[in-house]
Amino acid sequence: MKASPEGVLTGVHFIDGDHAACEGALAAGCRFVSGYPITPSTEIVERFASRIPTVGGMFIQMEDELASSIAILGAAWGGRKVMTVTSGPGLSLMMEHIGLAVITEVPCVIVDVQRGGPSTGLPTLPGQADMMQVKWGSHGDYEIIALAPSSPQECFDLMIKAFNMAETWRCPVFFMMDEAVGHMVERVEIPPADQIEVVERRWTKKAPADYLPYEPGPDLVPDMVKAGDGYHIHITGLTHDERGYPALNCAAQDKLVRRLSDKILKNADKMVDVREDGCDDADIIVISYGITSRVADEAVEEARARGLKVGSARLVVCWPFPDSVIERFARTAKAIVVPELNLGQMVREVRRVVSGVPVFGVDHAGGAVHEPERILEVIMQAASEAGLENGGRS
Amino acid sequence: MNLNEIMVSETSGETVEETRVAPIENPVLKLMRKDRMPHIWCPGCGIGTAVNCLSRALDSSGLDLDKVSIVSGIGCSGRVAGYMDLDSFHTTHGRAIPFATGLLLSNPELKVIVFSGDGDLFAIGGNHFLHAARRNQDMLVVCVNNYTYGMTGGQVAPTTPLKSTQSTMPYGNFEEPLNLPQLAEAAGATYVARWTVFHVRQLVKAIKEGLEHKGFAFIEILSPCPTLYLRRNKLGDGVDQVRYFKEHSVLKNGAETREVALKAACPISVGKFVERQAPCWTDVRNAQLSAALGERFASSGGKHGGN
Repeated sequence: MKASPEGVLTGVHFIDGDHAACEGALAAGCRFVSGYPITPSTEIVERFASRIPTVGGMFIQMEDELASSIAILGAAWGGRKVMTVTSGPGLSLMMEHIGLAVITEVPCVIVDVQRGGPSTGLPTLPGQADMMQVKWGSHGDYEIIALAPSSPQECFDLMIKAFNMAETWRCPVFFMMDEAVGHMVERVEIPPADQIEVVERRWTKKAPADYLPYEPGPDLVPDMVKAGDGYHIHITGLTHDERGYPALNCAAQDKLVRRLSDKILKNADKMVDVREDGCDDADIIVISYGITSRVADEAVEEARARGLKVGSARLVVCWPFPDSVIERFARTAKAIVVPELNLGQMVREVRRVVSGVPVFGVDHAGGAVHEPERILEVIMQAASEAGLENGGRS
Repeated sequence: MNLNEIMVSETSGETVEETRVAPIENPVLKLMRKDRMPHIWCPGCGIGTAVNCLSRALDSSGLDLDKVSIVSGIGCSGRVAGYMDLDSFHTTHGRAIPFATGLLLSNPELKVIVFSGDGDLFAIGGNHFLHAARRNQDMLVVCVNNYTYGMTGGQVAPTTPLKSTQSTMPYGNFEEPLNLPQLAEAAGATYVARWTVFHVRQLVKAIKEGLEHKGFAFIEILSPCPTLYLRRNKLGDGVDQVRYFKEHSVLKNGAETREVALKAACPISVGKFVERQAPCWTDVRNAQLSAALGERFASSGGKHGGN
């Protein structure tokens, strides 16, 4: 279906990534946000608080991130498309409700405008060190979806995709911004509402007597209802059966936890989004995401100018990890370079998938983006170790 | 003496007959998820009585039960939501109130009840209670206070009486317990009552009032935990505690909440302590936005809904 026009601020804007992300959420149909102030994400909720009263919907600043991360789950069961917004310390507080959202299969978007960590770290400076936390931070086995925008325009465009994925797969979707993308001001073009595709909730067509809240469809995702519609649903964070009733035994646990993971992993090919540039015949492929992609592209250009065949692969969807794409890279490339604003997180996933191809991380503790020269240096080192002609030196 | 006899002895003549006749089906069973019985609560536990009172209140409230949601946290009382044939949500420890806030604000047609225990609502969830009361969110919060963490084996709670022995206070509790009605009033609750599971008639009436109340209503229900509180403190079984409630409760409607703290060897103050009218969060919000934005305020919000 098409976006509702009341939430779409069609036109050309000169705004930062935080503001663009808010507009993306409004265009996607988000009508409930609860948040708690935290740098560098606060502008998103400030804009939502200002915009939503004229669009029609609800914003509430809660007393902490524990509250804001569960208020959205309540609002989703009330029928709304929902989002909360935070940064590292707040994300740490939200972990328990990520698990609740996973096990109760609540469509929601959680924005993490990443800053330097751990702890209070670098509140006003960028980082990308929460990539593993969103995947593994809550207890138990689970899978989630995560997207990483690299520009204010993508903060708008990919936010719509994030909401659509949350509704399609009924799981938390993380929007992995960072301080640099969040505060970078650029041209953002918002199309007319009738050019924006949004995914409606998977409302059941069944009558209450025939409906089971956790009976999965062929894609392993169950259809949803909302409170107040006469279905008298029971929703619990306990391991449950298809009725939603607690089922505290090994068989029920196996069935539920495997399905929750499988609905993401077995459908991963429908979610994968890797933006490739010159990867098919590349000797060296640079894999990056978020703000780091923009720095990496400069290093890639320079390496190409030096005569190397270098491809650039940008992970737009970071989780589920695009195993199939990376495996393909490993069949043709002689080396892979992975720059990121952390001491080596997604590079572990690349190493998990590839074998026989050297993988070079380009780490950075955060606080600024990489110097392109640093990434170039590692590309040249990779070329040299791979025995590529002229080592790229012109 | 069993609970039914106690109930009958307290009733006035005209209803005695009604209570004595054994019904073919328990009148509250229609509000229960029958396929989830038996419940998990211990013999002598008071939570079942509290649920019975909630069910009777709901049954006689005239509310459209399709529009009533119940939200619980974690613990013995946290299991209540799962037994009610309503839209029911068993959430995380301490966070029933913020979940309920999101639910309530997403659909103003809903009547939202939070039903949970003292540890859940006032230790781990204390901050959320404060702020929901401060905002006068339009919800009913029912707290079963059994003085302990039952589900985890009887640890000290923010409500455990001084000197009582609990597994994490093995030499006697030295922490001052919270006075829940005082806390609720101070934070801004606009309806505050305390009853015990002995006071079933009064409790049904109070819950009905709480459901009808516009704004944040709080009802504390004192309830025996025979397995982990009474036994450990050699206070007898559940019926002994209900008898204690009967003999030591003093009706103090309108009492100053600072004077209703539960203290050893003091009477238990019960009754309706606070009832005042004040606009709830949603009404204040809508009025403020309407005044600030005039016709631009989208109160009904188009197809995605709004408040």
